[in-house]
Amino acid sequence: MSAPDAKRTPLHDVHAELGATITEFAGYLMPLRYGSETAEHQAVRTSAGLFDLSHMGEIFVTGPQAGAALDHALIGHLSVLAVGRARYTMIVDPAGGVLDDLIVYRLAPETFMVVANAANAATVRAELTDRAGGFDKATVDDRSDAYALIAVQGPKAQGILEKLTDAALADLKYYAILPGKIAGLDALIARTGYTGEDGFELFVSAGDAVTVWNAVTEAGGDDLRPAGLSSRDTLRLEAGMPLYGNELTAETTPYDAGLGRAVKLDKPGDFVGRAALAARADTPPGRTLVGLVARGRRVPRHGYDIVTSDGTPCGVVTSGAPSPTLGKPIAMAYIDAGHTEDTDLAVDIRGKHEPVDKVALPFYRRTS
Amino acid sequence: MSTVPETLSYTQEHEWITQPSDGVVTVGITAYAADALGDIVYVSLPQEGASVEAGEPCGEAESTKSVSDVYAPVTGEIVAVNAAVEEDPAVINSDPYGEGWLFRVRTGDDPGDLLDAQAYSKLIEEAS
Repeated sequence: MSAPDAKRTPLHDVHAELGATITEFAGYLMPLRYGSETAEHQAVRTSAGLFDLSHMGEIFVTGPQAGAALDHALIGHLSVLAVGRARYTMIVDPAGGVLDDLIVYRLAPETFMVVANAANAATVRAELTDRAGGFDKATVDDRSDAYALIAVQGPKAQGILEKLTDAALADLKYYAILPGKIAGLDALIARTGYTGEDGFELFVSAGDAVTVWNAVTEAGGDDLRPAGLSSRDTLRLEAGMPLYGNELTAETTPYDAGLGRAVKLDKPGDFVGRAALAARADTPPGRTLVGLVARGRRVPRHGYDIVTSDGTPCGVVTSGAPSPTLGKPIAMAYIDAGHTEDTDLAVDIRGKHEPVDKVALPFYRRTS
Repeated sequence: MSTVPETLSYTQEHEWITQPSDGVVTVGITAYAADALGDIVYVSLPQEGASVEAGEPCGEAESTKSVSDVYAPVTGEIVAVNAAVEEDPAVINSDPYGEGWLFRVRTGDDPGDLLDAQAYSKLIEEAS
């Protein structure tokens, strides 16, 4: 049951009218699914899905020193990011533990938009404000409540949105963003997503969210269906994308998660977590994030132990679900060093050891 | 609002039971439970001939987001298992009171303490 103070997105009433199953997530009432979450998943893989992601945080860092402040605050080298481009990065604590994973968009030479996970937005805002404190000419401004975020994901996303905008979507590269109009309303149109498909994320004024949602729904017709957080989770899991709280936590470094390439140790100047991460960079991690496919039909889930053939625990499942695309249960898991090459691993599923096969991530890669 | 057929009996664990016919009852999970679980992708059921005890787990149902125990609502012997739902568990979502039945139990004429439709409707109303 939801807490009485759970926040509603600007699209809450739309979800209710659509008959969504609502769940509380990161302090927000969010649509879990509208009907069959498997059908929503398949729609995104084969056609298009429409997501309300208005719970995500949009934190602006602006001013002549905005890039320098972000270089200090984050593990990435954001000051060299071109205007109109985006970068996946992280904010870590001084010990190198991940506080959140982020997408940073450079909207103008002195304007960056940092998109944070809803559960971490307050932490990210506080840390960015603190870490930017030494930069006179950088300002941190949390505009999360002013923005709604609507994602249109799937192979037909571009065709659907082209009916609603003159923006040059065909020329918009992956991990790029441009300002434009959607259904006549101002939007920041980004070619980003969390599904493993082509698609777009539309940052619009909270007050325009319902109009934009309805316009996309109409333009999409039978090619598009609303999709909830349940399908979003299986889509990102198939795509091998980490979820904060599962694969990434404050006890995890980017190297543990196989995301060491996001750590820019060679950028100029110091940054929070640098010393700890530099020490970790050349040390083999104590555990490795791997993909697992179950041989049976029972599903490895978050928190279940990985065991060796003699039953010794050697890791833990971080995310697991039945994969609609593979038709089998899949999981991501941390395996302790020394067991990553084992070929007879199993997952302890409520007391019974179910065999799994280790596979390269991602589980699914789109072909076009 | 989920449907709750008048002719069935129910448990606190959101299962339905038919009235005994020659001492045999049919068991399934309710529309409310199927909706709450979401798409059911795997169900494991007891073997035919197995003895089950009322209130004890005798199988499990996996959906995208969670796994739930299937309980024996009555004590007795399993006399039939629905192979069709083991093959295609989506039937439980699409027809929970019909083609989505799970198993049949020989239990005698007194299936024990169960909820009627009215009491079960109240239970799910208070839960949602």
